Amino acid sequence: MTTIASILLDGIAYGMILFMISVGLSVTMGLMRVVNLAHGGFAMLGGAFTHWAMVNAGLPFPVAALGGIAAVVILSVPMERVLYRPIYKMGELPQVLATIGMTFLMIAAVNLWLGSSLLAIKLPALMQGSVNLGFRTLPTQRLYVLGAGLLVIGGLFLLIERTRFGINLRAAVDNPATAACLGIDTGRVFATTFALGAGLAALGGILGAELLPIDAYYPLRYMVLFLTVVAVGGLGSITGSFAAAILLGILDTAARYLVPDAGTIFFYLAMILILGIRPKGLLGRH
Amino acid sequence: MRDITGFALMVLAAIVTFYAFPYSLAFTTRVVIMMIFVLSIDLIQGYTGIATLGQAAMYGSGAYAAGLFAVHVSQAPLLGLAVGALAGGGIAFVSSLVLMRAEGLTQLMLTIAVAEVLREVANKFSAFTGGSDGLSGISPAPILGIWDFDFVGKVGYIYAVAVLLAVMVFLKVLTSSPFGLALQGIKDSPARMRAIGTPVMRRRIAAYTISGVIAGIAGALAAQSTALVSLSVYDFQLSAEAIIMLILGGTGRLWGALIGTAIFMSVHEVAASVDPFNWLFIIGALVLAVVYAVPQGLLGLPAELRRLVRRPQ
Repeated sequence: MTTIASILLDGIAYGMILFMISVGLSVTMGLMRVVNLAHGGFAMLGGAFTHWAMVNAGLPFPVAALGGIAAVVILSVPMERVLYRPIYKMGELPQVLATIGMTFLMIAAVNLWLGSSLLAIKLPALMQGSVNLGFRTLPTQRLYVLGAGLLVIGGLFLLIERTRFGINLRAAVDNPATAACLGIDTGRVFATTFALGAGLAALGGILGAELLPIDAYYPLRYMVLFLTVVAVGGLGSITGSFAAAILLGILDTAARYLVPDAGTIFFYLAMILILGIRPKGLLGRH
Repeated sequence: MRDITGFALMVLAAIVTFYAFPYSLAFTTRVVIMMIFVLSIDLIQGYTGIATLGQAAMYGSGAYAAGLFAVHVSQAPLLGLAVGALAGGGIAFVSSLVLMRAEGLTQLMLTIAVAEVLREVANKFSAFTGGSDGLSGISPAPILGIWDFDFVGKVGYIYAVAVLLAVMVFLKVLTSSPFGLALQGIKDSPARMRAIGTPVMRRRIAAYTISGVIAGIAGALAAQSTALVSLSVYDFQLSAEAIIMLILGGTGRLWGALIGTAIFMSVHEVAASVDPFNWLFIIGALVLAVVYAVPQGLLGLPAELRRLVRRPQ
């Protein structure tokens, strides 16, 4: 009984981290339909800025983290205009290639700037330690991630389903030409959405750093992980990514508890199984 | 006629390389093996339109199969190649039954997942495969009992070039056969091909399996020439870099795979030795330049230039 509760608890906490670090990708790749392998690069840059601001400028964690996210958002705007806009209309392959190229450049830049060592992000006292839940303890940081994840999914749901901007975005994605004819500034909608995705990537990178530590090669190391969550969830569905992240989180945790030396094999088998049965993902639009 | 010229140039390039870089034969052999691997991707990606980022699954299986065969059964190189080919083809056939049901991004993700699962399996059976230490004990016997592998790697290089030539001839014949034309039709419009009676699913599975055989051969060659198989044969990066090489040269034309591989690996080698810390800048810039400047690959460059010159009229 306790084992099941533990698996669920750890699984949900891990799933929430998975969701936080891939939700940005769910926005850029899921909503905007661009195979964005550079997503991890934005997450790493967020973490790198935060690390730098805390270590070199001595800023406290919340300020440094917000600064890191802001820096990534600001950087993403010219990148979207110059690098991403030309590839929206290209096929998947050129998109894969272009975004891998960008990832290489980001890795090289961070490597040159901060070296290839681990870029630790020290949490404030408030987020350290653990909470006693009666039958076991849970790191306090996980609770913050849990809260942040719920806020993000709620916020995104309201933004996409209930606001003018969300309507414009969905219209611009489904049919850019018609949307433009109706007076929607699609270029601007895409730029804003991309900046949102990059900002969420940075946030996820910073909050998930405890489990997926940040260094220069972070974007390549975890690229497959982000892609898996979004693909299993189904393109174009933030809720799908959420469900996939929680499901994969619980599955992976259960496997680690029950078959400790199986590694990530169940994670990928689950992915093959789910995508084999539902090629569009859990909640993908059919 | 153009193909004959192509083959003549290819043999010439191989001979020139052999005499021009006598001390880098290990590297040039790696390039040749990589060419075979990239060719295997061109068959499915360039000709059939199957999206993949997991070709390492077949390469790695070929490498492990050939390695294990060498350690436990026979060190005969050609037999090892055959075993690697079988393993690559087998994995490709089985996985294609699921892979070909999906398309686009889902297909990409599934190909990655297959390679990752195989890596974990190889890691799990470390008593058999050596796990993260790698599989050692491969020392290929003389080819056909005549040519012994030498220390400098001369025989290894010629052997790899010979296999590349054979694969290239095979693919040339295959892609211009009715089967090859059906594959190109499937790439352009699966619906129309189905309408004129082509069993699309079966053709895709066949193409993927053949591609797996070739990737398996590449893996087996790699195992024999480095005498070591490590878990990195299943690396996502291997598949991704191979795709970069393919697009760099140009997809769907075979020669592009050779040119792209040669250029990418040479730039990689030079950049990494000139500046071991910042070479990724060069690679990243190279990749971006290809996507934005020559989306058709380097083989598309003449056409692009002609278009550029003709435009003012």
